[in-house]
Amino acid sequence: MAAAGIKDATAVVGIGQTAFARHLPEDERTLACRAVLAALDDAGIAPGEVDALASYTMEETDEVELAKAVGFGDLTWFGRIGYGGGGSCATVAQLAAAIASGQASVGVAWRSRKRGSGARPWTDTVRQLPTPAQWTRPFGLLRPVDEIAMLTRRYLHEYGATRDHLFNVALACRNRANQNPDAMMYDRPLTREMYMTSRWISEPLCLFDNCLETDGALACVVVGAERARDCRRRPVLIHAAAQGLPAQHHGMVNYWNDDPLTGPAWAAARHLWKHADLTPEDVDVAQIYDAFTALVPLSLEGYGFCGRGEGGAFTEQGALETGGRLPLNTGGGGLSEAYVHGFNLITEGVKQLRGTSTAQVPGATTCLVTAGEGVPTSALLLRAGD
Amino acid sequence: MLTPVVDPDGAPFWEHARAGRLHIQACADCGTFRFPPRPCCPHCQSFGQEWRRVSGHGRIWSYVVPHPPLLPDYAAQAPYNVIVVELDDAPRVRLVGNLVTEAGARLDSVPPEQIRIGARVRVVFDGTGLPQWVRERP
Ligand SMILES: [Zn+2]
Repeated sequence: MAAAGIKDATAVVGIGQTAFARHLPEDERTLACRAVLAALDDAGIAPGEVDALASYTMEETDEVELAKAVGFGDLTWFGRIGYGGGGSCATVAQLAAAIASGQASVGVAWRSRKRGSGARPWTDTVRQLPTPAQWTRPFGLLRPVDEIAMLTRRYLHEYGATRDHLFNVALACRNRANQNPDAMMYDRPLTREMYMTSRWISEPLCLFDNCLETDGALACVVVGAERARDCRRRPVLIHAAAQGLPAQHHGMVNYWNDDPLTGPAWAAARHLWKHADLTPEDVDVAQIYDAFTALVPLSLEGYGFCGRGEGGAFTEQGALETGGRLPLNTGGGGLSEAYVHGFNLITEGVKQLRGTSTAQVPGATTCLVTAGEGVPTSALLLRAGD
Repeated sequence: MLTPVVDPDGAPFWEHARAGRLHIQACADCGTFRFPPRPCCPHCQSFGQEWRRVSGHGRIWSYVVPHPPLLPDYAAQAPYNVIVVELDDAPRVRLVGNLVTEAGARLDSVPPEQIRIGARVRVVFDGTGLPQWVRERP
């Protein structure tokens, strides 16, 4: 007999966030405490009941410090996920696994980040980022955008995708941010002319192909599905989850395997759909990791919303807008709401399935959330509970 | 400019490069090239390795043109190109490098509009230990 697994065994019952801004006066630890307490209050669960924690390896707020500050109980499970934005969904997935397997009962995942006002990680020439830096950085491939632009150029060349397709992604995110008062770009509409005439960051990627730089923190609370029924809000069930690190993959400079354009999304997707009762056609709304616009067509292909090489064309005719084939990043995403290593995509997925998004997809009951593509990644398939 | 922060697996590559030779790690048992270098062979799990000289000819697989903000030494030459070269002798070995007009030239010596995917290139060495690439037919 097959193991019960995590399918619908746990639910997200609380979400919390701070303001998002280029500069917030409080430090990361304080912001983390505020987001975590907001999420617990949203769930109606006391901090003393929390016994599991999950965050990113790049998170600076220590579990011990957080637990001490906000008054957690005895922790019986805690873990960290690597690879920056690739870890977002895995934080929730690992809490779900810990709770489904009985190692904990109330889990909190969080991310606090001061990238808007803090240093850019790539300017550190001493500490190497988790990429094979000796083969790339001396030649001037310095920043994440340079690494992804290299894949983007090849993608555009191989499949005939265009900058207009990338603009479609940027525009969908910006249009949703224009509906979301919490988004950093709430009052800043984007036009095609602005996009096409903006400055280059790393050709073929321009300013608007890049995510925001944000100070802010977010958190969410995960409990077992039974317990979830007694919480304040409509539970959002964790239907399926996966991480993805494909064979012969290399960090964010994935140029050294047979098929660089088939990235971690494909590995995560295979597991995700195999363990789900749903297919891509059943997904009502998606939150696709968008540190760079080009990650979206690659992810649409990886998660099976279209065929290989068709991700650019998929974005045409308003497919990613409200009312389109796949409304995307409905809070504004990393491109236009806030860039907090993708955690806002998780909380926005929860809002959609509660029916409380500022760009609500009518009757949405299923949402795919993905983590950073190009790096070892993760994904969640969420659905509305009773 | 940044110099390679070398690890033990990669050190032979850079030693050969300083001597003006392009060598790639290969499995001593099944012969498969592997890049980046690593302790054992993902195909046959052998720990045997050899460093094989390659022709230094290849094609541009992709390229980017970074603009500031960049580290100061790089900003001074920006916008410049970074290319990925697919080697004729080992198509899955794709080396990151720069397309220049001649050995030792600046990173911005070739105008970006003259770069195209598929163009044939060959390796040159400028004496600092970094391989560079020039067009076979400028
Ligand atoms: Zn071998």
